[in-house]
Amino acid sequence: MSIQELGVDQQVKVEMITCVIDGFEITVPKGTLVIRAAEKLGIQIPRFCDHPLLAPAGACRQCLVDIEINGRAFPKPQASCTIPVENGMVVKTQLTSPAADKAQKGIMELLLINHPLDCPVCDKGGECPLQNQAMSNGRAESRFEGVKRTFEKPVAISSQVLLDRERCVLCARCTRFSEQIAGDPFITLNERGALQQVGIYEEEPFDSYYSGNTVQICPVGALTGTSYRFRARPFDLVSTNSACEHCASGCAMRTDVRRGKTLRRLAGEDAEVNEEWNCDKGRWAFKYEVAKNRIKNPMIRDSSGQLQEVSWPEALAAAANGLKNSRSGVLVGGRVTIEDAYGYSKFARLALNTNNIDFRARLHSQEELEFLATTSTNATYKDIDNADHVVLIGFEPEDESPIVFLRIYKQVQKRSIKLTTIAPYASRGSEKLKANLIKSASGNEVSAISSLSGLTGKSVVLVGERISETKGGLSSIIKLVSDTGAKLGWIPRRAGEKGAITAGALPNLLPGNRLVSNSSARVDLAAAWSVDSLPSEIGLSTEEMIDSDLQALLIGGVDPMDISPEAKVKLAKKFIISLEIRQSDITDIASVVLPVAPVVEKSGSFMDWQGKVRRFEAAVDQTLNRSDVRILSMLADEIGKPINLPTVNSAWVEFESIGSWDGEVSTMKLLVGAGNKSVNNDEAIISSWRNLLDKGSLQDGEENLAGTARKSKVVISQSRARTLNVGDGDLVRVSNNYGAVTLACQISDIDESSIWLPRNSINSQLIRNLGVVSNSVVKVAKA
Amino acid sequence: MSKLTPVLSANWDQKDSFTLEAYKRNGGYTAITKALSMKPDEVIQTVKDSGLRGRGGAGFPTGNKWGFIPQGDNKEHYFVVNADESEPGTCKDTPLLMASPHVLIEGVIIGSFAIRANHAFIYIRGEVTHVVRRVQQAIEDAYKAGFLGKNILGKGFDLDLVLHVGAGAYICGEETALLDSLEGFRGQPRLRPPFPAIAGLYAKPTVVNNVESVASVPAIINNGVAWFTAMGTEKSKGFTLYSLSGHVNNPGQFEAPLGITLRELLEISGGIRTGHKLKFWTPGGSSTPIFTDAHLDVPLDYEGVSAAGSILGTKALQIFDETTCIVRAVLRWTEFYKHESCGKCTPCREGTWWLVQVLKDLESGRGSEADLDKLLDLCDNIMGRSFCALADGAASPIISSLKYFRQEYLDHLAAGKCPFDPMTATLFESVGVK
Amino acid sequence: MAYTTAQLSIMDSIINRYPRKRSAIMPLLHFVQSIDGYVTNEGIELIGQKLELATAEVTAVSTFYTQYKSKPVGEYHVGICTNTLCAVMGGDAIFESIKEHLDIENDGVTTDGKVSVEHIECNAACDYAPVVMVNWEFYDNQTVQSTRDLVDAARAGNPPAPTRGPNKLRTWKENSAVLAGISDGLANEGVQAGEPTLSGLKKAKGGA
Repeated sequence: MSIQELGVDQQVKVEMITCVIDGFEITVPKGTLVIRAAEKLGIQIPRFCDHPLLAPAGACRQCLVDIEINGRAFPKPQASCTIPVENGMVVKTQLTSPAADKAQKGIMELLLINHPLDCPVCDKGGECPLQNQAMSNGRAESRFEGVKRTFEKPVAISSQVLLDRERCVLCARCTRFSEQIAGDPFITLNERGALQQVGIYEEEPFDSYYSGNTVQICPVGALTGTSYRFRARPFDLVSTNSACEHCASGCAMRTDVRRGKTLRRLAGEDAEVNEEWNCDKGRWAFKYEVAKNRIKNPMIRDSSGQLQEVSWPEALAAAANGLKNSRSGVLVGGRVTIEDAYGYSKFARLALNTNNIDFRARLHSQEELEFLATTSTNATYKDIDNADHVVLIGFEPEDESPIVFLRIYKQVQKRSIKLTTIAPYASRGSEKLKANLIKSASGNEVSAISSLSGLTGKSVVLVGERISETKGGLSSIIKLVSDTGAKLGWIPRRAGEKGAITAGALPNLLPGNRLVSNSSARVDLAAAWSVDSLPSEIGLSTEEMIDSDLQALLIGGVDPMDISPEAKVKLAKKFIISLEIRQSDITDIASVVLPVAPVVEKSGSFMDWQGKVRRFEAAVDQTLNRSDVRILSMLADEIGKPINLPTVNSAWVEFESIGSWDGEVSTMKLLVGAGNKSVNNDEAIISSWRNLLDKGSLQDGEENLAGTARKSKVVISQSRARTLNVGDGDLVRVSNNYGAVTLACQISDIDESSIWLPRNSINSQLIRNLGVVSNSVVKVAKA
Repeated sequence: MSKLTPVLSANWDQKDSFTLEAYKRNGGYTAITKALSMKPDEVIQTVKDSGLRGRGGAGFPTGNKWGFIPQGDNKEHYFVVNADESEPGTCKDTPLLMASPHVLIEGVIIGSFAIRANHAFIYIRGEVTHVVRRVQQAIEDAYKAGFLGKNILGKGFDLDLVLHVGAGAYICGEETALLDSLEGFRGQPRLRPPFPAIAGLYAKPTVVNNVESVASVPAIINNGVAWFTAMGTEKSKGFTLYSLSGHVNNPGQFEAPLGITLRELLEISGGIRTGHKLKFWTPGGSSTPIFTDAHLDVPLDYEGVSAAGSILGTKALQIFDETTCIVRAVLRWTEFYKHESCGKCTPCREGTWWLVQVLKDLESGRGSEADLDKLLDLCDNIMGRSFCALADGAASPIISSLKYFRQEYLDHLAAGKCPFDPMTATLFESVGVK
Repeated sequence: MAYTTAQLSIMDSIINRYPRKRSAIMPLLHFVQSIDGYVTNEGIELIGQKLELATAEVTAVSTFYTQYKSKPVGEYHVGICTNTLCAVMGGDAIFESIKEHLDIENDGVTTDGKVSVEHIECNAACDYAPVVMVNWEFYDNQTVQSTRDLVDAARAGNPPAPTRGPNKLRTWKENSAVLAGISDGLANEGVQAGEPTLSGLKKAKGGA
C-alpha cells in the first residue's frame, strides 16, 4: 500500500515498520498488510478475497501464513490479507513454512470441491486467478469424491452481467465493490453456509453504472459480461493500454483486440486517476466503431444530391475548393484528441486565416468563452482526496463524470467529508453522497452560489459545463473561489474539451493559452509557426457560426441536435466538409465527407478534467491511424497553406514545443445573474442533464449496456403532484410551443418551480422534443 | 450432603417466580441499590475481584471485559447480553429467562452502570416465543417500577433496555456476528481487531456478556466477593449451572460450584439411564471434544476440562449410553455445523459440506480405513484455518470421536452398515415407526 | 397485500426502538411475517423504503436467518429437533413418522395449509428431549404418538397447549408478532418451569 493509498498528507511523517518475510527484511509504512509487504519482496501469496482497494475481508483464507512476533508464534496460520506488519514480525509464507503451504493447499482443495471443471468453456480460463493459483498452490489431485453443489446457471443479474453461482468462490469482491466503492448494494450475499450465493433482489437488477468492475475483479468466471461471453480466449487477444474517449474523467483503459476487432475493454490502473475502476459506458460502449454506418471512404455529394465514394485526392480537392476564397470556420466537436484539436486550431488560423473555431458542440455562452480563455482551474483528484468540503455546481458526477463520483464517494465513506450540491433536486448520486442540497431552479443558481459559506483552501468546487446555461453562473464561481481560496475544477462531459482549450480550439484563444486579443501572444505563436502574422480578430462561436453567413464550415464530430433544433437546417445552407467516423446528421448535409478513425484505431492523447494528459496507442494494429490531424494536414497542403502535421506524433511534438504562454494574462469581466423566473401554477422551469447511459451516439450498438440505463422519468414536487392529481409513476405531459414530452413522473423533493427530465434519453430527447433543455418555462399537465 | 448451590435457580420452584413481585419478594432489585451507590469503577473492581468468568463458553473474566471499555471517551457505550443460546446441548439460559428474567435485568442495570452505558440490548434467539414474552414483560415491568428509564432509583443513571429477537442463526452467538446482526446485517463474524470493547455496536465501545454471567452479578454485589470466591476452584470461582441431558434418569439444571465432577453430578441426579452405562459425553456442548467414562472424575472447571483435552464451554453435559452410535452422533453434529455455517469463509463453508458427505458414507458402512485418515486430515485443514471458531467446533467431535472410538468407525465399514439399532437409544417404544 | 395505516405506524414504532434504524430490520421482518405469514416482496420493498436500504440488502438479511420464510408455512409450523441428542432420544423417529403421517417432505405444508414441518437444530431444551416446537412454543418430552396427536389436533384447529407456554397455542402469525416485540399479554400464562429445570433445586432441597 502506498502512502497515498493511506490517505495521508505527504507532509505527515509516516512511521516505518521493519519485518522479515521468508528471511528477507523489508521496511514498509505502518499499516501495510503482510500480503502487500510480501508483494514488495516479489513474494506472491495466493489470494481471492483480497483486493487492495477493498476493505480486508479475510474470507477466503487462501493467504494463510505463519507469523511470529518477537519470538512468539501465533498458534495457527493467519490470513496475511488482514494483518498489518509489526516491528519484530517474522512471516513465513508457503515458500518457507510447510505448515503455511499445507494450510494453503488445504484451502485450495476446499475451494475446488464445489467448483465445476468447466475451464475449457469458461471465459475466465487462461486468465483465471483460481486456475492459476490452483496450479501454483494447490494439490495435484482432489480427494473429493462427493456430490458438487449445483445451481441454475447462468443467471442474468442485469442485461449486461451474467452470474454463474457454481463457479463462485464467495470471495465477496463483487458485493464489497458494489457497496463500498460504487454505493450500489444491488448485489448481495444471500442465503447462508454452503448455500450462500451472490444474488439480486428478484425485482431489481444489478443496474449500477459501475457493474462491469465486478466482472473484472471476479477472481473466477462467476461474473461475466454478456457481450463478451464465449467470444474469445484471453490468449488470442492482443492488449493495448488505452484511454477512455467517453468523458473527462480520464480513465486508463486496456483494449483487447482479436483479428482487428475490439472484443472488450477493461479498466486500466492509474492510482492518480481511476485507481482500478471505470464505468460501464467506458467498458462496454465501443460497438459504435464497427457500426454498419461506418464511413470507409471519402465521399462527395454529386449533382443529384447523393454522396458518392471518391478517391482521397478527389475529395481533398473538392474540400479545398469549397474552402478557398470562402468566409469559413471550423466546428471541432468535444471528442477530439489534443493532437487533433491542435490540428483544427492551426488549420483554422493558417489554412483558413480565421479565428472562427469553436469546440463547443453543446449549449454555450460568451461568458463561458471568456471563462475558458482566462481561467486556470487547479483542482485534481488528489484535492478531492484531501478536501474538507466538495461543492458541485451544475454538475452531476455520477452521470457526467463517473470516476469523479467514485472519488468523492470514497471520501464521503472514509472521512464523511461535507458535500454540497446546487441543483433542483437531489439525484440518486447526490443521495449516495449524502449531499447537502441547495435547491435551485435551473438559471437561478447565482443566488445559491453566493449563499455558500464555510469554504476553505482545502475545499474543492467542481463545476460542470451546464453552468454556462445560467447567466452570471461562472462569474459568481470565480468570485467564490477567489474569495475563499477553494480549488476549482471545471469538468466538461466530453473527453476532448479540456484538450481543445489547451490546443486553442476557441475563437478567442490560440494554442498554449495565448489570447487572440494579446498581440505579443500572437507574435509569439506566429514565430513558432513560421508565419508572418495570425488573424487578430476574435472569431465566432459555434452558435454564431451556424447563424452567420459564413459560406463554408469544416466540421469534426458534431451533432447539431446538441446545439439547437434549427442548427441542421441552417448548416444545410453552407458548404460543409465533415470529418466523421459514421454517417451522421452532418454527413447527411455535407458536400464532402472525409472518414476518420475511432479511438481504437488511432493514437493520441486526451486531457482529463485535471489537465492530465492521457496518451494512448492504436489498439487495432495495421490501421492507417487516420486521426483527424492527418487529414487536416493533407487538406491544408491541398489548399496550399500547409500546417505540416503529417502524423499524430508530429502534432504532439510541435504542440509540446510551443509551450504555454507565460506572459501577461487577463481576467474576465464578471457578469451578474439574471433575476429568477416566475411561473404560474401549471408551468415549471425545466431543468435537465444527461444520464450516463442514454441516447448518446457513442453508445450505439450496445443493447446489453442500454438495458441498464435508468428509466426516463419526469421529476416533480409533491405539491405539483397534488395540483396535477397524479401519483408516483403516473404519466405527466411537459410541453411548450415547440413540442411535448410525456413521461412517468417521480415525486421528489424538487424545487417547487422546477421539473427535471433526462436531456437525451428514450422518449426524452429535449432539444429534439422541446427545443430547450434548461432555464425555460414549460407547461406541465397530467397526461 | 449435596454439593449443589442453588443461587440463580433458588426460587425457580415458586409458581410466579418470573414476576417482578416474586423477584422482589425474594430479595430482587436490592443489588442495584447497592451498586448504584458505588462508583462504577468499584463495581467493575468487585466483579474483577470475584473472578467471575464468562459462562457462555469462552470463560473470559467478566470484570476484565468491563474494564476494557475506555472511559471519558465521550462516546456512547453499549451493554449487550448474548441470549442467543444455541450450542447443541446448551439449555441453561432459556429456562433461567423463563423462570427468572428479572435477575438478568438487574444484572444488566449493574453492568451498564459500571461501563457507563445508557443503552443495553438483550439479543435473544427467536425460536423461544414464550421466553420472549417473559423477558419482554419483565422489561416493561422494570420500566414501570423505575428500574429502567430515566434517573434510576434517583441516582441520576439513565438506562434503556431493548429486547432484540433473533431469527434462527447459531452463528449469532459469536459476539461480533451478534453485533452485526443487531445492527441489521447478516450475522457474520467481524474481523478483529478492533474488538467490541473498542468498536462494538455501531462502532462504539461495547460489552457482550452471556446471560448467566450477567445474572450472576447481582448475587455477587449483594453477598460479596468472599462469598463468591468461597465456591469453586482456584481459578474458576463461584457457582454455575450444569445442564444434564440425554441418557440419564433425571436430566435438568444443576447449580453447583465450579469443579464438581460428572461422577458427582450423576450420583446427585440419579445416574445414567437405568440398565445402561455411560459411553461418551460432552463437557460443554457439541463444540467441545467429547469425553468418555474415563473422564468421570475430571473437575468440571475451566482448567480441569482443559487439562483433560476438552473445553468447559457451556457446561452442557450431554450424556450418551452404550446404545448410541458414535458415528451417527457425530454426523448429526456435523450436519448441524454445515447448516449453521455462515458461509463467509472457505474452510467452514466448504469443509462442513464435505465432512457431512464423508461421514454419511462412513455411517452407512461405505469407504475404507484410509477414509478415516482423510477425514482427520480434512479436520486438520479446517481446524484453526477458519474466520471464527465455528469450524473448530465442527472438527472437535470428529477428531475426538476418532481418538476414542476409531474401532467403532471400522466396525461400520466391516459390517457395511451401521451396527446399531437406533430404537434402542430412543426413550420411547417404537410406535408405528417404519 | 397493502399494509394498513395501523400496521405502518407499528413499523415506525419498531424502528424507534433503536438508535439506528437499520437495527430494526429483524423485528420488521418478523412483523411482516405476522401480517403476510412469510417474507413477501411487498414486505421487503416496504422495509427497504422505511430503512432506506436497497431491496437486495433486505433480501440478504432475510435469507440468512432460517426463521424468515420465503414461502408460506402452515398456521401451525412444527419444528422437530433432529440435532444429535434429540435425534438419538427419538427425534429422528418422530420426524420420519410425522412426514409420513402428513405425507409431506421437510419444509412441506399440508394441503389444507394448517401444518408445516421442518427439522430444526438444537432449541435449548435438551433436558426435555425429544423436543418439538410449534410456532416456536415448547412441546417437551415428545414421542411419535404424542407428536402425531399434536399435528392431528392442530389440523383440526384444536392443538393442545404447549408444555411450557401460554394456555392456548397461538397461530404462526400471532406468534410472529410476539417475536417482533409486540406484546400479546400472555407472559404470565403457563408454568414458570418444567420438571427438569427444577431437578437440581429439588435435589438441593433434599428431594428424591
